[in-house]
Order: sequence, then C-alpha cells, then structure tokens
Amino acid sequence: MTQYLLSTLIWLPIAGGFLTLLLGDGSRNLARWLSLGIAVATFAFSIPLYLGFDGSTAAFQFIERTAWITTFNADYSLGVDGIALPLILLTTFTTVLIVAAGWDVITERTAQYLGAFLILEGLMVGVFAAMDAMLFYFFWEAMLIPMFLIIGIWGGPRRVYATIKFFLYTFLGSVFMLIALIYMYLKTGDYSIAALQQLPLTATEQRLIFLAFLAAFAVKVPMFTITPDGSRELSWLVIALSLIAVVYIGFVALVQQDMKKLIAYSSIAHMGFVTLGAFLAYDIVANTGGVQGAALGIDGAMVQMISHGLVSGAMFLCVGVMYDRVHSRQISPYGGVINTMPKFGAFMVLFSMANAGLPATSGFVGEFMVILASFKANFWYAFAAGTTLILGAAYTLWLVKRVIFGPVGNDHVAALTDLNRREFAILAILAVAVLLLGLWPAPLLDVMRGSTHHLVEQMLSTKLPTP
Amino acid sequence: MTETSFAQFLPALPEIYLVGAICALLMFDVFFGLKKPTRTASVALLLLLGGAVATLISADFGHRQVLFSGMYIADDLATLLKLASFLFVAIALFYSGEFLGRRKLQQGEYYVLVFTALLGVLVLTSAGSLLMVYIGVELLSLSLYALVAFDRENGVAAEAAMKYFVLGAIASGIMLYGMSLLYGLSGTLSLAGLATAFSGPNSLGLILGLAFLVVAVAFKFGAVPFHMWVPDVYQGAPTSVSLLVASVPKIASFAVAYRLLAEGLGEVSGTWTQMLSVLAVLSLLFGNLIAIAQTNLRRMLAYSAISNVGFILLGFVTGTGDGYEAALYFTLVYVMVVLGTFGAILLASREGFEADEIADYKGLSSRDPSLAFMVAVLMFSTAGIPPFVGFWAKLRIIESLVNVGHLWLSIIAVVMSVIGAFYYLRIVWVMYFDPPGDLPRGQPRLALRFVLGLNAAAALGLGLFPDVLLNVCQTVLHRG
Repeated sequence: MTQYLLSTLIWLPIAGGFLTLLLGDGSRNLARWLSLGIAVATFAFSIPLYLGFDGSTAAFQFIERTAWITTFNADYSLGVDGIALPLILLTTFTTVLIVAAGWDVITERTAQYLGAFLILEGLMVGVFAAMDAMLFYFFWEAMLIPMFLIIGIWGGPRRVYATIKFFLYTFLGSVFMLIALIYMYLKTGDYSIAALQQLPLTATEQRLIFLAFLAAFAVKVPMFTITPDGSRELSWLVIALSLIAVVYIGFVALVQQDMKKLIAYSSIAHMGFVTLGAFLAYDIVANTGGVQGAALGIDGAMVQMISHGLVSGAMFLCVGVMYDRVHSRQISPYGGVINTMPKFGAFMVLFSMANAGLPATSGFVGEFMVILASFKANFWYAFAAGTTLILGAAYTLWLVKRVIFGPVGNDHVAALTDLNRREFAILAILAVAVLLLGLWPAPLLDVMRGSTHHLVEQMLSTKLPTP
Repeated sequence: MTETSFAQFLPALPEIYLVGAICALLMFDVFFGLKKPTRTASVALLLLLGGAVATLISADFGHRQVLFSGMYIADDLATLLKLASFLFVAIALFYSGEFLGRRKLQQGEYYVLVFTALLGVLVLTSAGSLLMVYIGVELLSLSLYALVAFDRENGVAAEAAMKYFVLGAIASGIMLYGMSLLYGLSGTLSLAGLATAFSGPNSLGLILGLAFLVVAVAFKFGAVPFHMWVPDVYQGAPTSVSLLVASVPKIASFAVAYRLLAEGLGEVSGTWTQMLSVLAVLSLLFGNLIAIAQTNLRRMLAYSAISNVGFILLGFVTGTGDGYEAALYFTLVYVMVVLGTFGAILLASREGFEADEIADYKGLSSRDPSLAFMVAVLMFSTAGIPPFVGFWAKLRIIESLVNVGHLWLSIIAVVMSVIGAFYYLRIVWVMYFDPPGDLPRGQPRLALRFVLGLNAAAALGLGLFPDVLLNVCQTVLHRG
C-alpha cells in the first residue's frame, strides 16, 4: 500500500471529483456526503505518509517512478521530502474543512463546487510530490483550470474580471518557467529535478533562469537551488520585494473597509515573511556562510507557510460565517457581535491573535524565527520585518475592535444567531491546530530537519563552470 | 521496359480506391439516394472507413517506395496522413449529418465534392513531383470552392466562395510561376531531382522561385499576410463546410510544406526558413490579437486557426527533422481538436438557431452541462493548458525551436499563447459564468454527443499519455 501512497493521494481525490461532477445537482446531498467521504479518506491516507516519514534524512521518500514520455525523457516520478510533506498534509487537511465549510452555504451547482475542489486537491498534492520538472509543470498548470472555474462561478462581485486576471497572470509567469525548463532539459536530456540540480550553468544563465522561476512562483523554494549562484546573487531582490510586501501591504491592510480584503492583504504580508525567510537564507550563506542562521530562516518560512494556511483559512471562514448571516463583508454594518455570538467571538479573537503573531499561537513561531534569522543577515532587514508585529497587531486588533466588541451596532447584529454545530466543529479543529503548532512546533520541525540542512548545503554549492 | 503488374499499383491503392468510390457514390445516389438522401450519407461514411482499410492494406510499413517515374511516393508519412484524412473526413461528415439534412444540402453531389477534395489531399501526401503538387492543390481547392458555395440561396456563402476562388486562383498562378522558375533552373519536375539540383550556392532565380512557392504554401495554410480568405470562408460557408475547410486541408498543407520544402528543397532550407519565420510571427501576432475582438465564434476560430498555423510554420522554421516532427504532431492534434469544436457548434445548433455567435453560448453549462464540459475541454486544449493534448503540441514546437537556438521565436510563441488563452477562456467564461437567459436548452442527439465525447476524451487521453502519438510521429519520420 505504502508503495502507491502518493499516487493514491493524487488520483483518489481527482477520481472522486469527477464522480461528484457526474452526480450533478440532482442528488445534492449524495454529492456532499460522497465528497466529504473522499476528502476524509484522502486525509486518512496522508497520515501514514507522516508516520512513515524519516525526518533525519534529506532523501526523498515514498518514491514512485514509471517512464511517462520517452520523447521528452520525462518520468512519472513522485517522492516527498521534509519540505513537501507538511504542505501535502496541509492540503489534505484543509480540503476536509473546505468541503465541510461549504456544506449548506453553497446551494448553487454544489456538485461542481465540490468536484472542482477535490480535483484541485489532487493536483496540488501532485505539485508538491512531483520529482520530475515536466510532471511538476503539468500539475502546476492543470491547477489553473479548477481555480479559474471556482473563482469565476462562486466568487464575489467582479469575479469574472478577477479570475481572468488571475489566470492570465499565472499563465504568463508559468510559460517563462517552461522555457527555462526546456532550456535546461536540452542541456541535460532529462527532466528530473535531481538532474537539473546537477547541471552546470553560467552566471548569466543562472540569472535569467532565476528570474523566470521568480516570475512563476516565489514560494517553490527548493526549485531555486537549481540556480544556487544566481539565487545568492539576486536574493536581495526577493528580500526587498518581501520587505515591501510586509511593510507596505501592512499599511494598505490598515485602511481597508472590507473584511475579506483586509484579510487578503494581511495574507500577502504573511507570505512576504515566507519569501523573506527563504531568501534570507541565501543572503546569510553568501555573506557569512552561517549554516545555522540559514536553516533558521528556512524553518521559519515553512512554519509561517503552514501557519498562514491555517490562520488565514480560519479568518476567511469567520468572515464567511458573518456573511452568511448578514450578507455583507464590510466592516461598518457590524459591531458588538460578541454580545449575540459569544462562541463565534471567542474563536474570531483567537484567530485574530494568531494572525497578529501572539505567542502560543502558530503565527508567532514562524514570524519569530524569520525575524531572528534576519538579524543574522542585516539589522535593517530585521528592523523592517519587525514593524509587522506592530502593523499586524494594529490592523487585526482594530478589525476585532470594530466588528466583535463594543455595544450591539444595529438590528442585524442584534438578530444574529451563534455558530451551529458544523461551524463550531470546523473552527474548533482549526483552533486546536493553531494552538498545537504554536505551543509545540517540534513535530513539524522534526520532519523538516534533514531536508532543511540539505537545502542549505545546496545553497552553499556552486555550479559555475570552473575556468 | 518492365512488365506492368497489379502489384505495382498496390501502393497507390488508397487513391485508386477513392476514385472508384467516387464513381460508385455518384451511381448509388442516382439510383437509391434521390428519394432517401440519408442513405447516401451512410454509404459515404462506409466508403470512407473502407478507404482507411485500403490504406492499411496497401501500406508497407517502414519502407519508402517511389513509383511512376518518381511521381508518387509511398512511405509511412503518407500512410499516416492518409489514414488520418480518411478518419477525420468521416468524423466531419458524421458531425454534419443532421445539419445537412436540416439545410437541404444532403445531396449526392455534396459527398462527391467532399470525396474529390479528399482525393486532392491524398495526392498531396504522396506527391513526388511539382506536377503532383499542383494537381493535388487544384483538386482540393476547386472542390472546396464549390463546397463553400454549395448552399445556393445563401448570399454570404456565395460571397465567401467568390473571395476564396479569386484569391485562390491568384495563389495557384503564383505557385505555377514559382514552379516554372525552379523547372527552368534545374530542368526537372521531380522533387528528388530538385534536391540534388540545388545544393550549391543560391542563385537569384532560385530565391525568386522559392519566394513564389512559399507565398503559395502560406496562402493554402492561411498564414498572415495571405490569410484574407480565412475569416470570410469560416464565417460564410455552411457550418459543415467550415468544419471541413478548418480540418483536413491543414493536413494537406502540412504535406505540401513537407514534401516541397523539407524534402525537395531541404538543401536550401536556410532561405525559406527565414521567409517562414516572418510569416509565422505575423500569423501568431495578428491571429491572436484580432481573434480577441471577434464576437462571432466561427470568425474567432478562423483567427485562432491563423495563429495555430503560425505554430505549425514555426516547426518548419527550425529546418530540422525534430521540428518537422513537432509540426506533424501539432497539425494532427490541432485538426482533431478543431473537428470537435465545430462538432460542438453543430450540436448546439438546431432549426432556426445556428449557434454562431459567442453570445449564443451564454449559460450553456446550465442548459446543456455535458456539451459545455466538452467545449471547455476542447478550449483548454487549444489554449495549450495541461492535462490536455494541446499543451504537448505547443511544448513540442517550442522545444524544437529552443533546440536550434531560436530563443526569441520561442518567447514570442509563448507570449502569444498567453494572449491567445484569453479568447479561449472567454468561451468558457460565457458558458460557465454568464446566466443562460432564455436561450434554448440542449437536445439529446445521442450519437453525435457520444462521438463528440470520444473526441474530447481523446484530447484528455492523449494529454495524459502523450507518448502514444508522439512515438507515431517519430516513427513515420524515421527518427526512431
């Protein structure tokens, strides 16, 4: 069974998604239960992946390999390391919550909604598990299709504009990465990521390939070790972009009138921490060769990424809970929600605290590690990153003050009903996860240890042709 | 003097069979088809499937035979293209059956004209001399002119046919002139003879002759700036004829370009690859940009065809076997997907409602979910998004370009793909995001729906397992 564990995690939700699509809206409840069953089963299958994983080594595990396209010498090869594993777990975990969260909220085209999310889940696991660059690109681009439809059909106002923009931007970024991949493939004759990492590249080649990858995704960090010299040289660029994201976007979040937008901006700021931590590592190894500091930055980035997945997800869900009752995402129609929805208020305050990076929540661990690491690189990096603690607290607490606390704002708020059992269960599970990760992050850090050190070693390596 | 035996003619069996089939179909229509035209349609389909069998019988896999004093080439490429042509024309006729009946176009002559056009395609796939190229091109073009004008009462169709004919005649003249120049320089009409005649430095005459031939090929492909007929024909012709014009002639154009340029004039590829690269970039640029502005689906598909032709030409621009292989793969994939797209238009249309405008597809996902799903698959495939086969086709072209160092051309190609994605996405958006209004609901027509489903499934299946078709293309061009 463990032999095909990764394939199961990819194809079970995809097959289940198509089955759900086939059911159609005629049997809406059946579609709901079926997709919940598939999502839970997928999550269940990802647990042996965690239990069977050996965190002490950087080697890929649960490897599957079959020849796929002989013309391109591309393989269907899957495997996980300590970086991919937590992301796969996050994916399978949140999909269960997504299916549950949409239970009686999504009343139009329910089967299509659930099917699209299940298919998306499978493709995302594929992205994380792919060890072949062509397979990776295949899953990466295919993800665009369900995302395009999800945003376009069930999105908010201006959803068509949003989804087209999203699709074209992502597509444009990806195609440059594709050319970079083809270029390297023609040099190695192999699409496996391991082979690409061995390939010697000149400084100019590395710079261009680095920029092509940057255009496609700023967060698929291990791919950047394909161009270690280019990444070290250009890490300042990403660090600058990250710091701008953290500080500038923090100010932008402060002035938002729409709760969802506010959380979206805070999400950008948090992802700024992820890229900051990852590329600080390049900066640290380039300037000081400090392996410890670099590893700290990467670990921090990973914890931040997982935590962001949980906390932002929870915050969006909280907005969803209020939207379902009042049908407004603006901040102004609310006020004093705690008086009529005490349970909900408690959860919202907890997640807001996590969002602001309060110790004992998962939000604190990642931010703290990244700030510590940035001290090792440059004091001013750390100073700029540190302002987020103030800004994050400011916009989040102000949001909570205006929405949750105070006297009951109006009749809408007075008529609010507290969480039902389904909503309570979903938010409770997320709250437990946020607290667990905040109080005891060791299980996460342990599985990453081997891979992090391997990653830092690769950052130190050079592949410039020796003159 | 060698003895003439039946076995000598065996490699040409597909063409011989088709000529026989044309005569048989004409007689059948007169005796049995006039009262019940659907009979002729069924017989035509059976004859086409018979043609595929004849192609397989006559094929001598792995060998290249040159017959009739070098006029006729029978090799694996010809076999593959002939098989594909028989199959694709059969699918095209199957898709258009209901449409032809409804528009009272289901006459024996229609099928005979389709068959003669197909004969032109077959001749081109096996052309071994300039004469055969010309005969094939004329056979194909004249049949298509007549088909475009087949709906006599339709003024728009007549106008489209007129434009097509006038411009096509000029292109034929240009082709003949180019051929005459090459003949004058080399003293031979055979493509193999041309290959040996032009191996030295380029003379002005050769460049002139080549330029005329490239223009003619570009016209037949519909590449910018020789594309003016494409949108009018796609929009004006009866849908069943647009389907035909959009699909199988692309195979013929590939065959002409391959036999004439790659095989016959491969030694001087440096000259024509430059000309083709200009045409390819222009086609990508104008095709994609103008397609965005279209509101008529068929016209949009015409500009999409122009941009896709740009991709096929890019395969030739490489001037390498790898690039020709990529162009072959792209052509087959493109024709397959475009058949499905027009099939979907025919399935969405009905008496009094031709689904020609993009707006006619509003809310299709709630009116006819399975059709909308198939169209979405075909659109994502044409846009080149994995997991669909169109992705591999584009990837293959770009890879062959990067391989010979044309980095800039490949960047132009991918950027234009992104722009092109917009108008394919717009179809999906109209179908899935817009409310249906009071447009008609879907109709069952299960047979058509089933074949269309197979067509869409092929776009997905060949995308998940691209090795199948890629290996076939590699084998027929002898690079295995």
